[in-house]
Amino acid sequence: MSQLAKRIEDTFPGVCTKVVEWRGDVSVTVKREALHDIGKFLHDDPAMRFDYIVHVSSVDWPDDEERFEVVYEVYSIRTRQRIRLKTRVPESDCIVDSLTDIWKGADFMEREVYDMMGIRFRNHPDLRRILMPDEYEEGYPLRKDFPLRGKGWRDTFEFLDEPTR
Amino acid sequence: MAQFEDQRTTVYKVDPEHPEDATLPTLRTEELLLNMGPQHPSTHGVLKVILELEGERLVKSTPVMGFLHRGVEKLAEEGTYHQFIPHTDRLDYVCAMYNNFAYCRAVEKLMNITVPDRAEYLRTIVAEIQRIIGHQFWLGTQALDIGAMTVFFYCFRDREILLDWFDELCGARLTTSWYRIGGVERDFTLSLFAKLKQFLDYFPPKIDEYVIFLEKNRIWLARTKGVAVISAEDALSFGLSGPTLRGSGVDYDLRKYEPYSAYPKCEFSVPVGKNGDTYDRYWIRVQELYESVKIIRQCLEQIQDGPIMADVPSVTLPPKERVFTNLESMIQQFKLFSQGFNAPPGEIYCGTEAHKGELGFYIVSTGGGKPYRLKIRAPSFIHMGAFDHMSKGYMIADAVTIFGTYDIVMGECDR
Repeated sequence: MSQLAKRIEDTFPGVCTKVVEWRGDVSVTVKREALHDIGKFLHDDPAMRFDYIVHVSSVDWPDDEERFEVVYEVYSIRTRQRIRLKTRVPESDCIVDSLTDIWKGADFMEREVYDMMGIRFRNHPDLRRILMPDEYEEGYPLRKDFPLRGKGWRDTFEFLDEPTR
Repeated sequence: MAQFEDQRTTVYKVDPEHPEDATLPTLRTEELLLNMGPQHPSTHGVLKVILELEGERLVKSTPVMGFLHRGVEKLAEEGTYHQFIPHTDRLDYVCAMYNNFAYCRAVEKLMNITVPDRAEYLRTIVAEIQRIIGHQFWLGTQALDIGAMTVFFYCFRDREILLDWFDELCGARLTTSWYRIGGVERDFTLSLFAKLKQFLDYFPPKIDEYVIFLEKNRIWLARTKGVAVISAEDALSFGLSGPTLRGSGVDYDLRKYEPYSAYPKCEFSVPVGKNGDTYDRYWIRVQELYESVKIIRQCLEQIQDGPIMADVPSVTLPPKERVFTNLESMIQQFKLFSQGFNAPPGEIYCGTEAHKGELGFYIVSTGGGKPYRLKIRAPSFIHMGAFDHMSKGYMIADAVTIFGTYDIVMGECDR
């Protein structure tokens, strides 16, 4: 297990559900309740100093009990290492604590996750759709049950009849 | 919006029967909402910003994005890894080569492929040419936005030479798709080498020319120095990258921090600013033009003969000549394009230092020929997140400067 993951496990015993190290990337899956505390620890701890937020993303696993995965990737300028912090949420209660108060850039990135995947963020200052129109009501496009061609609204357009020859 | 309207009706109440009785309304100030864009020429595409103004000062600005949203991440899930390369051209359509590069690098990390030496050098050369093009484009349009028109023509004159060079290299000026997973599509011809060397001699004096135009222009200086200042701490917290971050004094450059391709074999410096204002970010970009010339020169000296594509038949494409003459190669080509290659299950993130900032691809694979999830870390999008913070308190005319300083391209921002 990498030093980083070990450090997290030591500080917050029992919250890491999965640690994967693959192709040099470290990803740590943590319990949803502990996400904010671990984020704060990674940002503030003098040995960690993960001060740079890389991206916030989400993955949909429709067959799993905890369907959605929220992914935060952060980087430490001082120690030059990155870590991927992940957490799982079930569809019935897909809400995660926002990390906007730790990394300001999380604001737009979390809005994008909400827009694309429908995961809500507690204490987010301005949780609105960002890429899709505000009044878009056909669901969340990056979910696996959302068809690539859209929800069929194109078929409902009325076209002029073909001119009779 | 609603509250402003209510106040307005109470102030200017005039009895229509006796208009002469109306007292002069007391001078009252209120915030004004102004929509800028989406068709404003200086928003570099289709970006709308709702500006809340107090007099001419910006109190709050809310970017409204998504006018160019094409669902590229969703499209990626439906095609094979090879098929996604042309889509990356359309992200940052001004600098397609770097997007191809970043994507191919991410897939190579997923597949654990090592690219041959010559291909790495070719990739670095083309990536640096693309950086020059990107910075020229930025320099020209940013100066044009602020009102310094001349430099725009000079930048575009020289950019044209490089675009023609791209045309000769891969048949396209903007949507290039020249990078391939595991290598590059074709080698440079002798004429391309000759033209490139000629350009390297021609170009550095031209950079001095751009600089003279701008740095002797008092209006341009007044509009860039001390505008859109952001501290290093805030810039990191917002996830800014590239020249926008380095302007604030953080030397974060993936070419140095996580060396890739032929960069570790070249000597170059990473210019870093001090004040974190628009002028510093301009200065960094100009210095990077000189650095890019240096890198290309070194690559041209060091480059050796060799293959331009990794030899991993299950993943990389066979050479075109063999596809037309050899049955096995043709079958391989057909299989790669119809089914794709079998990626191992896992997930990776790979960031590449594009000229705008860190362009990263986060790929989740569950095996099979298509990515399960592909997330693009687009620097333009993330930079827009800091717009409100950076524009607070500046004049309305500075909003244009601040768009410009990020070097945003909406194709990448909205994806």
